Amino acid sequence: MKNQLSSRFLSVQARKIAIYVLLIVVAIQLGLPFFYMVSTAFKSREEIFSGDMVWFPSSLHLDNFITAFNSAPFGRYILNTIFVAVVITLTTLFLCAMAGYAFGRISFPGREVLFVMLILAMSLPGEVTLIPRFLIAKNFPLAGGNDIFGRGGIGLIDSYGGLILPNLMRIYGVFLLRQFFRTLPNELEDAARIDGASEFGIFWRVMMPLSKTALITLGIFTFTAQWDEFIWPLVILNDSNKFVVQLGLSVFYSEHQVDWGPLMAASTIISLPAIFIFIFGQKYIVKGIATTGLKG
Amino acid sequence: MAALIQKLTPKKRWRMTLRTRRAMWGYIFIIPAMIYIIVWVILPLIFAFGLSFTNYDTATADFVGLNNYLEILRQPDTLDVIKNTLRFGLELIALNMAISLFLAILVDQKLRGITFFRTVYYLPVLTSLVVAGIVWSALYDYRTGPINSILNFFGIASQQWLHDSSLALTSVVFVRVWKGVGFNMMVFLAGLQAIPTELYEAASIDGARAWEKFRYITFPMLMPTTFYIFVMASISAFQVFGEIFVMTKGGPAGATKTLIFLIWEQAFQYSNLGYASALAFILLLLVGAIAIFNLVYVNRFVNYDR
Repeated sequence: MKNQLSSRFLSVQARKIAIYVLLIVVAIQLGLPFFYMVSTAFKSREEIFSGDMVWFPSSLHLDNFITAFNSAPFGRYILNTIFVAVVITLTTLFLCAMAGYAFGRISFPGREVLFVMLILAMSLPGEVTLIPRFLIAKNFPLAGGNDIFGRGGIGLIDSYGGLILPNLMRIYGVFLLRQFFRTLPNELEDAARIDGASEFGIFWRVMMPLSKTALITLGIFTFTAQWDEFIWPLVILNDSNKFVVQLGLSVFYSEHQVDWGPLMAASTIISLPAIFIFIFGQKYIVKGIATTGLKG
Repeated sequence: MAALIQKLTPKKRWRMTLRTRRAMWGYIFIIPAMIYIIVWVILPLIFAFGLSFTNYDTATADFVGLNNYLEILRQPDTLDVIKNTLRFGLELIALNMAISLFLAILVDQKLRGITFFRTVYYLPVLTSLVVAGIVWSALYDYRTGPINSILNFFGIASQQWLHDSSLALTSVVFVRVWKGVGFNMMVFLAGLQAIPTELYEAASIDGARAWEKFRYITFPMLMPTTFYIFVMASISAFQVFGEIFVMTKGGPAGATKTLIFLIWEQAFQYSNLGYASALAFILLLLVGAIAIFNLVYVNRFVNYDR
C-alpha cells in the first residue's frame, strides 16, 4: 500500500517534470528569434560574420546601435510614429466612444440598419480599398495644393494628414465599446438626467469615467496597431522626413541587406515600445483578447 | 373630450420631446463615425468597383467592361498567385491552429511559473511584421544564420530557404506561425478555461482516460473558439503582405507572390490601377466566401451550449 502511494507520488512528479521540460523546449523554440535579434544587436562584426555561430556576444558592443542611428534618422522616425499614433489613438477613443455609446444606449430610428452597415464595414479587409483610398487621399479637396475639387496638387500624399485621416478611428472600436456600454446599468443615467445633466454631459461625465478599462484596452490596441502599421505608410509616403518606424526600418533593410548587426539593433529598439506597453498593460490586453478576440 | 385631450397632451408632448431629443443626440453621436465610414470605406468600395471595369493608369480611364477580370483568368501568372495565396493560407491555418491549441493545453496547467511561460509564448505577437521579416531573414541567412548552423549540428546540409523556390513560401509561413500562435493560444486558453470543471470531474468518476476527456469534452466544448479562430485566421491569411514585401519581394521567380503583393505591385509599381482594382475584388470574393461559410455553417458545426 505504502509502496503504491509513493510510486503514484513519483509518477505525479515525473509528469510535472515532463511538462516543465516541454514548456522549456517550446520557450526556447519560440524565444530563439527574439533572443537572436537582441544578442546579434550586441555582437561585433567579427562575431556575426566569422562563419561559426556565436550565441552570446563576448561583451555588449554598442557599435551596431551607433551605426544604425548614424545611417538612418531612426529618432525622427520614432517621433513621427509617436505623434501620428498618439493623435490616432485619441481620435479613435473619442469617436468610437461616442458612436459606441449611441449604438449601445440610445434608441433612434434606423439604428439597427446603421449598425449592420458598421459591422459590414468592419469586416471589409482594408486591402480591398487600398487603391481608391490612395486616390481619395491624393485628390483630397484643399489639401497639398489641391483646389476644392481635389485637383492640381498632391493632396494628402507625403503629409501627416495622409497618415492620420484615413485611420482617424478603428471601426471595431465602435463595436467593442458598444458591447461594453450595453452592460452598464440604466440607474446612473436616469439619476444624472434627474439632476439635470445634458445628454452630452451624461456621456462625458457619467459614462466615460465608467469605461476607463474598456478605453485603455482599445487605446493599447490602437496605439500598437498604429506602431506596426506598414502598408498604408508605404503607399502614401515618399518623403523620408515623414517616415514612420516600420517603413523606415524596411527601407533601411533594403539599403543594408545583410548588415545584420545594425539591422538587429534597429529592430530591437523598434520592438521596445510594444514590449513596454505589454508589460504595463498586460491586464487590459489579456482581458481584451479573452472577451473579444480583438487583434491589435 | 377636449378637456381630456388638453389634460393628456402636455405630458405626452413632454415624453415625445425627450425621446426625440435623445434620438437627435443619437444621430449627433454617430455622425463623425458615419462620415469616416462613408469617406474611407463605402466610397472607396464603390470607387474600387467602378475602377475595376476601367483601364485606369493615372493617364487614361476608359471603360473596358469585364476585360480586367477576363485578363486575370487568362494570365497563368495570376492563377499562380491565387494558388500561392491559397497554399499559404492552408499551411498557415493548419500549423497555426494545431500549434496554438497544443500551446493552450500546455499552459492551461496550475503550475508554478506558468504565467512566465505564457508571456514568453506571447512575445512574438508583439513584434511587427517588418521586424519579424528582418529577424527571420537573419535566421534564414545561408552563411551566418542560426537555422543552418543548427541543421549542420545535426548533420543536415544548409538550405537556401528564402532563395529556394520550393522552400520559400513555407519559410514565410513559419514567420507568420511564429508571430501568430501566441495570440491564438490566448484565445484558446480563454475557451479552455470557460469549460466547466464539473464535466471533467464527472468524466473522471466514470473512469474516462485523458484522451477520452479531450475527445468528448474539450474538443466539442472548444468548437466555437476553434471556429472563431479558423475564420479569423483564414481572413488574415489572405491579407499577408508585410513579411513578403520585406523578405522576398514575391521571389524567387514569383514563388512567394501572394494576392495583396500582386495588387500592390500592379497598382503602385506599374500604375495598372484598374487591373489592380479587379484583383482587389477577387480578394473580396475569397474573403466573402469565408464569411458566408461562417454564417451558413456556424450553427450546424458549432456547439454553443454553454
